[in-house]
Amino acid sequence: MTTASSTTTKSGDKRELDRVTIRFAGDSGDGMQLVGSHFTTTSAVIGNDVQTLPDFPAEIRAPAGSLPGVSAFQISFAAEDIFTPGDRPDVLVAMNPAALKANLSELPRGATIIVNDDEFNKANLKKAAYEENPLDTDALDGFTVHRVPITSMTTRALEDSDLTAQQKARCKNFFALGLMYWLFDRPLDSTLDMINEKFATRATLREANVAVLKAGHAYGETTEMFHETFHVPPAELEPGLYRNITGNAATALGFLAASQQAGTPLFYGSYPITPASDVLHELARFKNFGVKTFQAEDEISAVCATVGAAWGGALALTGTSGPGLALKGEAVGMAVMVELPMVIINVQRGGPSTGLPTKTEQADLLQAIYGRNGESPLCIVAPCTPSDCFTMAIEAFRIAVKHMTPVIYLSDGYLGNGAEPWKIPDVASLPAIKVAYATQPGEGEEFLPYKRDEWLARPWAIPGTEGLEHRIGTLEKQDLTGNVSYDPANHQHMTDLRAAKIERIADDIPPLEAFGGDSGELAVVGWGGTYGALRSAVTRAQRRGAKVSHIHLRHLNPMPKNTGELLSRFDKVLVAELNCGQLRALLRAKFLIDCAGLNKVAGQPFRVSEVEAKIDELCAGEKN
Amino acid sequence: MTPTYTRKDFTSDQDVRWCPGCGDYSILAQIQRVLPDIGKPRHEIAFVSGIGCSSRLPYYMNTYGFHTIHGRAPAIATGLKSVNPNLSVWVVTGDGDGLSIGGNHLLHVMRRNVDLNIILFNNQIYGLTKGQYSPTSEFGKQTKSSPVGNIDHPIRPIGVALAAEASFVARTMDRDTKHLQQTLLAAAAHKGTSFVEVYQNCNIFNDGAFFPLTEKATKADNTVVLEHGKPLIFGKEREKGIRLNGLTPEVVKLSEVDESELLVHDAERADPVLAMLLDRMTHPQFPVPLGVFRRVERPCYEQLMQGQVDRERKRKTPDLAQVFRRGNTWEVTKRS
Repeated sequence: MTTASSTTTKSGDKRELDRVTIRFAGDSGDGMQLVGSHFTTTSAVIGNDVQTLPDFPAEIRAPAGSLPGVSAFQISFAAEDIFTPGDRPDVLVAMNPAALKANLSELPRGATIIVNDDEFNKANLKKAAYEENPLDTDALDGFTVHRVPITSMTTRALEDSDLTAQQKARCKNFFALGLMYWLFDRPLDSTLDMINEKFATRATLREANVAVLKAGHAYGETTEMFHETFHVPPAELEPGLYRNITGNAATALGFLAASQQAGTPLFYGSYPITPASDVLHELARFKNFGVKTFQAEDEISAVCATVGAAWGGALALTGTSGPGLALKGEAVGMAVMVELPMVIINVQRGGPSTGLPTKTEQADLLQAIYGRNGESPLCIVAPCTPSDCFTMAIEAFRIAVKHMTPVIYLSDGYLGNGAEPWKIPDVASLPAIKVAYATQPGEGEEFLPYKRDEWLARPWAIPGTEGLEHRIGTLEKQDLTGNVSYDPANHQHMTDLRAAKIERIADDIPPLEAFGGDSGELAVVGWGGTYGALRSAVTRAQRRGAKVSHIHLRHLNPMPKNTGELLSRFDKVLVAELNCGQLRALLRAKFLIDCAGLNKVAGQPFRVSEVEAKIDELCAGEKN
Repeated sequence: MTPTYTRKDFTSDQDVRWCPGCGDYSILAQIQRVLPDIGKPRHEIAFVSGIGCSSRLPYYMNTYGFHTIHGRAPAIATGLKSVNPNLSVWVVTGDGDGLSIGGNHLLHVMRRNVDLNIILFNNQIYGLTKGQYSPTSEFGKQTKSSPVGNIDHPIRPIGVALAAEASFVARTMDRDTKHLQQTLLAAAAHKGTSFVEVYQNCNIFNDGAFFPLTEKATKADNTVVLEHGKPLIFGKEREKGIRLNGLTPEVVKLSEVDESELLVHDAERADPVLAMLLDRMTHPQFPVPLGVFRRVERPCYEQLMQGQVDRERKRKTPDLAQVFRRGNTWEVTKRS
């Protein structure tokens, strides 16, 4: 077994580890995401820092036992603060031959493999395109393999149960979970609590799941298959109350909080799309907060209804993923033209076109910046961790409302589906969002819908306000009055004003900070969900003495005012992103700073080792 | 208290820029004439439009107005009405805007029954882009984009509205100002989506498309006015009527057939079958029906939406701190 740290100590038959990464893999119908989330919660509750990487197919149920049907859930848990779900799993739980085959190449030599021996039969081996049973050949030499008859042990544990044979077989994921709890010294309590809650009214299912979970745990304890168990002590996290949260849940809570802080009801217009739908599911549960969710007939309707809601004075939000943002382009341009505040969530996925719906990518940055007709600048923010999704959601609306602009919020599939411990914020400490609608002008004053404040923001004048009847529209508008204007000089002036308004937001956001020195040999620059991998890689390089810093952008348009100046203080700049070089192109164009790129479009997050290797390459080059 | 308005109160300071002789002038004028009678203060009225000649209308109204993007006005109006159910929201669209590029939104806004008044100006041509065939242009029509004839089969706006479960469906004409006003008032009074098709003459690119129906000499013989509970009678001397023969309407002479045998209009029938059948009556075989085809009650979308919010509020006190702590939580304390 490998660990993230070399400081392992032996204490009897219980070995202490700093960090372990395990991956549960099985058929889409095997409940791997469920056991993964149970293991995550249990690990977090006992104080480990955790990071997760769910990895599932786009198909609901690909043919059972087939390679495309493999669903996996990776979790890394540690005694220290960690930033990624681990590069490669130390332990793989493979519920069938396809799960083994699909994941084997990810395993480092020496890793532990626990297989469900019962499922390595002729039919399943054939579905996974194995000619011979890999458990019987030398295919797994160099790994520690444990063959556990999970299906038959599960059935045996349920001999007295009234469940059907099929229902009994479906409980096998909990056997695997129980076994892993024993191996990694975790208590069963929180999973038992969740089972009791979920099956409160269904005694047969409740008893079956409890029995199987305990049977798995007991199996580990009584067989002599495993020579030792492992203990990962609690991590040193900042004191406070914690819970686990996925990025999508944090996004929903952040926007809910923004609406509470603004004292303005939230409207969420959305069309179901992977991996953004969870935000809709979450927000639909908060109607008691005045949240109105609108499941539209298409992406265009979703964004247009949101523009309508913004005009009506709501905190207007729409959400989608890449292909949906492409469809929303024209309506977002409308919001730019009529200068109404709204936020557009894009939980990015692999593209182009339908691409890889369940896999992550960061290739929509340029779409966010330029993906509309005409000169149509808007503000773009990007959260960098699941927890940060909460913070940046509030920030997105703070900017939208204050600066009267649409804001694109760029999350991604990795952040959206990944989970980590979230330090629950104190409601009283959340930032305020000031909403001030225009009111009737005083005697002798004229209401001008396009008169601007010191931030160049126009008034938010909502229908229903007496004395402010006026027209807005998507044709170019005359300065101040908002009437239709085809005047050449006016179009230039309004185009300049719209651009200046967005640029001025740079005066209202925090400066960019470097993790590490403010100057040095190399700056590793990233944005969005790659934060964890970049921070880990830079930390390791720093420990080895490299003069490298990590700089992470959360405001992408406008960028913080000191961005160019900060980057220019480094000998080299490496821009690492999950696309073919989009931020790099922007930084080069904007600041005339040469940047190297580390780019990956594999539907998977960066491995820390990949980033480290690139850092080493660039730093070594300097020394020569 | 709603102030007493006149037409002038609803006229904005912008110059109207339609072609001289356009049917849109009449529709604008009738809208401005009826608004004083709908019982809403001016600031609680909003006009939302898409793109096209008709969609310039909000600029000429001294209410709230939003000239949006092509085909999307129903969606924008849905968002507005959802967050502010108190507004009287009007959607202005055309045959291209509403039935071609925005067809999907039109369908869905009607099935949801959002309380909007949708006025579809049907001139059977693309005017603003200067004379291409539209989804309601007749088969074989020669236009700039169909120099040897249109090969698209036209769709029927009333049929589309009925198929989409619209709760109020009516047809009127730009040149019949009185009927236009009546129809607009009936639409405004209806709770739910009111869909009004207005035959509108484009005197530049499709002049005279509706002349057999609108001109004095031929109107009485070519149209029949639908009135709830009344038999379908038409003709200059009101000498003709419509009788149902099975599922087929037929024109009969009242000199030969007793009035009691005529089809009696029932706009409030629960199902849209009769209305659909009436919509199939086309010129020149039949008089074209004008008036309210269908008017039924069903809950409005924005009311249902607000109702859920109100009920959930009563059921669960909104408590952000509690929502944050949902699920398993644990306390991390400072280690000594």
